[in-house]
Amino acid sequence: MSGMKTLTSIGPANRITRSEETHPLTWRLRDDAQPVWLAEYQQKSGYAAARKALSEMAQADIVQTVKDSGLKGRGGAGFPTGVKWGLMPADESMNIRYLLCNADEMEPNTWKDRMLMEQLPHLLVEGMLISARALKAYRGYIFLRGEYVDAATNLNRAIEEAKAAGLLGKNILGSGFDFELFVHTGAGRYICGEETALINSLEGRRANPRAKPPFPAAVGVWGKPTCVNNVETLCNVPAIVGNGVDWYKSLARPESEDHGTKLMGFSGKVKNPGLWELPFGVSARELFEDYAGGMRDGYTLKCWQPGGAGTGFLLPEHLDALMYAGGIGKVGTRMGTGLALAVDDSISMVSLLRNMEEFFARESCGWCTPCRDGLPWSVKILRALERKQGTQQDIDTLLGLVNFLGPGKTFCAHAPGAVEPLGSAIKYFRSEFEAGIASSAAPATTGQFVPA
Amino acid sequence: MNTLIQTDRFILSEAEHAAIEHEMHHYEDPRAASIEALKIVQKARGWVPDGAADAIGEILGIPASDVEGVATFYSQIFRQPVGRHIIRVCDSMTCYVGGHESVVAEMHKQLGIGLGETTSDSRFTLLPVCCLGNCDKAPALMIDDDTFGDVQPDGVAQLLEAYQ
Repeated sequence: MSGMKTLTSIGPANRITRSEETHPLTWRLRDDAQPVWLAEYQQKSGYAAARKALSEMAQADIVQTVKDSGLKGRGGAGFPTGVKWGLMPADESMNIRYLLCNADEMEPNTWKDRMLMEQLPHLLVEGMLISARALKAYRGYIFLRGEYVDAATNLNRAIEEAKAAGLLGKNILGSGFDFELFVHTGAGRYICGEETALINSLEGRRANPRAKPPFPAAVGVWGKPTCVNNVETLCNVPAIVGNGVDWYKSLARPESEDHGTKLMGFSGKVKNPGLWELPFGVSARELFEDYAGGMRDGYTLKCWQPGGAGTGFLLPEHLDALMYAGGIGKVGTRMGTGLALAVDDSISMVSLLRNMEEFFARESCGWCTPCRDGLPWSVKILRALERKQGTQQDIDTLLGLVNFLGPGKTFCAHAPGAVEPLGSAIKYFRSEFEAGIASSAAPATTGQFVPA
Repeated sequence: MNTLIQTDRFILSEAEHAAIEHEMHHYEDPRAASIEALKIVQKARGWVPDGAADAIGEILGIPASDVEGVATFYSQIFRQPVGRHIIRVCDSMTCYVGGHESVVAEMHKQLGIGLGETTSDSRFTLLPVCCLGNCDKAPALMIDDDTFGDVQPDGVAQLLEAYQ
């Protein structure tokens, strides 16, 4: 068959043993990683949950089911989805509402939404259909990053298939519910993943974040009530609605306070880098050793990051932490996206942080001063330390920036995410930073920061 | 000659005009089509020349300065001429760990350009890009719409060969 293209998202998620009962996100994946189109998706019980939601469930029941399931946002922040949905106004007269899917996957070390959209586009369409019904949204947009060319092609084809089958459009499945769905592709900039920046970008503006409150549920895109959910979050909705809360709550390991499964991964110089759907509560060690196979021969694990550039570094001894928000929280950082990076002993932490802060500085939208000026400052210092030309004050200055760019001091979460790995890298590998101070450097003088 | 100053009047083609009109109707407010309009112009011409902001602003009913503000914000909108092929090298920390800087160094050796630069024959423009979401196959890069993983310096020459 012509048009058979090997998708870049092919990986271990296609190969591990999966079942409908235990792998609600990935059981429909094909071994050959080709996209699952409508006929096959429906053979694999696709849109059964949508039929149930549209014919048997009141809108409030869908919201309550998602609330009761304990589903939390999968974009990195982990806010309870049902609570977010509950923020949409009860006032029926506000009848123009939007559902936005945040498919602007750009967090460094995150490759999960790409896989879902490339291979299971109908799962996202079905998730959005059910969610739109619950939220009374008449229109949805998938805000997709421009570089995800295959995802755009496959989502657009899935939307056309769904329209032709009466699963999108007017009077869907005879329920009287109308919903239209568009793919909106972006033009670069990491900040578009921040939900209010995403709204500005969708409106055709510069992607600066907006002040909250008002929250998007009250004043969102074009001033109308808007809900923004991540791809993986929305892809959880069909199985929750189809199989019920009790089943969903049985998925995670008993030790986990979070429910359901999560696309987790490990990258870096591990033997078997990849992505797997796993229950919340598996240990990071299980993920690292059993799934990723541990380090490649000749490399030793130096440290690891649990879930994206904005999460802190952890040491090998922290691998016993459990992969759920509270489990990673206990060892001092956040689970983030749950796709971990192994840093090996050949990597200099100063150079790695220089690379990361160059990224964060470049991607700062420039709207607020601490972020716009603080991040390039950190880059300048890290470059100096990398060249062994640092000054005695440099580490204190970096720690000052970690403080001044931290949570609550900037307009959005970009800068706090940028300094979290920096603070943890200095905490665990301070001697590497100290080694960057020039041997001729003058002794430290009074610090330039006063405590905030 | 300074190619950055355009003196010719900018006129949208009929196809560009129609495509922008079509996009406008997907949104409540025509302004929302501004990014897509810039992409339409860029697709046809490789980049967004001066004057496009006026033409797009006129269709969408918004000031040209707003269109220009959008054009200069987004990293994948090019406001100066670029090469026939765009190489986007992922510079995430995962690709750093995978050795992407040695790939960039090899490109510099072969093409004589660094990040943000275009070859003198206008064949390639080399740009950094946010994480391409191909982290289990780092280092990753894109050439035009094609994504490649596990790219190593010794494979660069062969990779570039297909893009003339």
